[in-house]
Amino acid sequence: MTQGSTPKRPLITRSLITRRRLVQGGLAAGAALAMPGLVRAQGAPIRIGHLTPRTGFLGPLGEYAVMAAQLAAEEINAAGGINGRRIELLTEDSVNPQTASGKAERYVERDKVAAIVGEISSASALAIGQVAQRGKTIFLNTGANSDALRGQDCKRYMFHVEGANSMYVKAVGRSLTEGGLVKGKRWYSLTADYAFGHDLLRVAKVFMQGNGGTFAADELVPTDATDFSAYLIKIRQAKPDLVISNLAGNQITNFLKQYAEYGLPFPVAGFGFDTALAWGAGSGNFAGTWPCLWHHKVDTPSAKAFVAAFTKKYGKPPENQAWGDYNAVKIVAKAMADTGSTEGPKLVSYLEGGAKFDVQKPRPAYFRARDHQLISEMYAITALPADKVKDKWDLFTSTPAIPGPNEDMEVLAPTAEEAACRMEG
Amino acid sequence: MVLLLTLAVEQVVNGLFLGAIYLLIALGLSLIFSLGGIVNLAHGAFYAIGAYLTIVLSPALGFGGSLVAAPVLVAVIGLLVERFLFRRFYRADPILSLLLTFGLAMVAEQALRMIFGAPPLPYAIPQALRGQIFVGDFVLSRYRLAILAAVIVAVACVWFLLQRTTFGRVVRAGVQNPDMVAALGISLKPYMATVVGLSVGLAALAGVMLAPISGVHPAMGAEVLTGAFVVVVIGGLGSFWGVVLAALIVGIVRGLMVLVYPGFAEAAIYALMAVILLVRPRGLLGERILRFE
Repeated sequence: MTQGSTPKRPLITRSLITRRRLVQGGLAAGAALAMPGLVRAQGAPIRIGHLTPRTGFLGPLGEYAVMAAQLAAEEINAAGGINGRRIELLTEDSVNPQTASGKAERYVERDKVAAIVGEISSASALAIGQVAQRGKTIFLNTGANSDALRGQDCKRYMFHVEGANSMYVKAVGRSLTEGGLVKGKRWYSLTADYAFGHDLLRVAKVFMQGNGGTFAADELVPTDATDFSAYLIKIRQAKPDLVISNLAGNQITNFLKQYAEYGLPFPVAGFGFDTALAWGAGSGNFAGTWPCLWHHKVDTPSAKAFVAAFTKKYGKPPENQAWGDYNAVKIVAKAMADTGSTEGPKLVSYLEGGAKFDVQKPRPAYFRARDHQLISEMYAITALPADKVKDKWDLFTSTPAIPGPNEDMEVLAPTAEEAACRMEG
Repeated sequence: MVLLLTLAVEQVVNGLFLGAIYLLIALGLSLIFSLGGIVNLAHGAFYAIGAYLTIVLSPALGFGGSLVAAPVLVAVIGLLVERFLFRRFYRADPILSLLLTFGLAMVAEQALRMIFGAPPLPYAIPQALRGQIFVGDFVLSRYRLAILAAVIVAVACVWFLLQRTTFGRVVRAGVQNPDMVAALGISLKPYMATVVGLSVGLAALAGVMLAPISGVHPAMGAEVLTGAFVVVVIGGLGSFWGVVLAALIVGIVRGLMVLVYPGFAEAAIYALMAVILLVRPRGLLGERILRFE
């Protein structure tokens, strides 16, 4: 998850993209020639446009997103495609909202894609959503968290596989409440100083105050900050009951490394998180309790199959961002197969109609018609102490799926009062 | 009040640490520019390569071993880059070397991305340097203090090399008046090569030192480069002590600003640079370099 401001180098990236596209095209053509048996599908391929940041501080997550989308497309094609038609996955670096908008436009107008999948930055997701709406092409958001995308900025053609910020807060909030870290406790929070952080801080505040906690301090951290020593010595003086991270991207890695360096005794938790950042901090540095939509230790048959396939292909387990893009491609394919159509309006009514999807968790997921949020379970993970870590990927323990088997699936999702969505078109 | 003072003292020490890292990078930038006229935008890439080499070498050599081996290896890469690329652009239009090194930085970043992947790689502080040091109510990181000491040693060695050896005398003469040096029958080429090797080696040393407390990812070079440039500009080109002074000032100002008003910490450095350039266009201790004025 985590969100982007504006990566800065459109000029260079554009030239890289052309080359990357060229190489991918060449590889795909080579593979098709080498393995004619695999290309059983008949008819013109169905194009799906993948769009996500590959550069800037969200680039690491974007890389997982692309790997996972490609894996999903390969699996679908190997199984005979969509009603006999192959998927052709186009991939582009969305870079920033302006570029994302332009590239989405090109996907819709020139490449005639049947769906757009991807994005991590909320600002870019909004831009893509507007293009998708105009072109009546469905867009599955796989990584943008801002509640506004499901609320005031919601769109008929935009669906959200990624969870909303408020869902993340509620998921980890449960663990914190059970651990006695909310009621009557003082929190010290560090928040990434841009739209994503502000949105997360807002929902975090609502949760904390609603459950009887107070702030020792809440500080905004510039997104380019790499040295946290000043915050750490302030935290040490303030002696809070809990240190909260609303940071984003590589900041979380830096923060965790330096938190370990200064050896502060206060428990840590965060409302926004990606497992790649825990892996980047490493054993002995990774600490605290964090929320995620999915992680590679989830124990269901389809989750194990996904982890095995991904690890076999790429030599490392999938990150939670990989989960989003893998499922988005699979969901699009299933929607097209079930409706026998690539028409935007038909796909929208299918997805709004409560179709169920296996998303590698205990219970199947579905899109809520009201705001197009994918309703699925979440997890809260807690860092293992260094001496209990056995390999570099398995740094944490996880709660069972939240909500539990006897609970309503929608308890984490924003209520109609929290986020009002009025769809047009 | 006492509390604020404690925080301020702690933060000055942290600022000094940050300044020391900037210093290692800025010294090389300044040397390469003032002797060869090359604005090395790839300097941050060498810093990143240093950090990645630490991760590669540590299992065999340990942190102490990589602290020596990584900068030496990067210096060798620097010698090759100097021999085959930089050498063609000395004293040419700076825009050419600017484009060259910009491209080089992109190539290096993309290469790191292809080899190691984009996600940050883990690297922890070595066991012996972990922990904190308490002095009364102050808490300081043992690792940062050790690194600060190592930087002081490294910078002292560079100072000795430049100020007290024949090699240094030729380099300094080359900075002031390369034509006169040539007229005396001394070829600057081997000196230039050594200076580039030394400079990128210092940048790599900074990368090794920061790897345990900062994210190791392909774009990390770009993160530090602007800061290092600001240090060079504030300090003044061609001045060893200017760069040292500027690095200390930038580190301390930044450290204290984070304490007082974090949102302005980054901008404060640029504001400082603007003010200093208004008052002293050559930087704090900048010397007059005929070629660039």
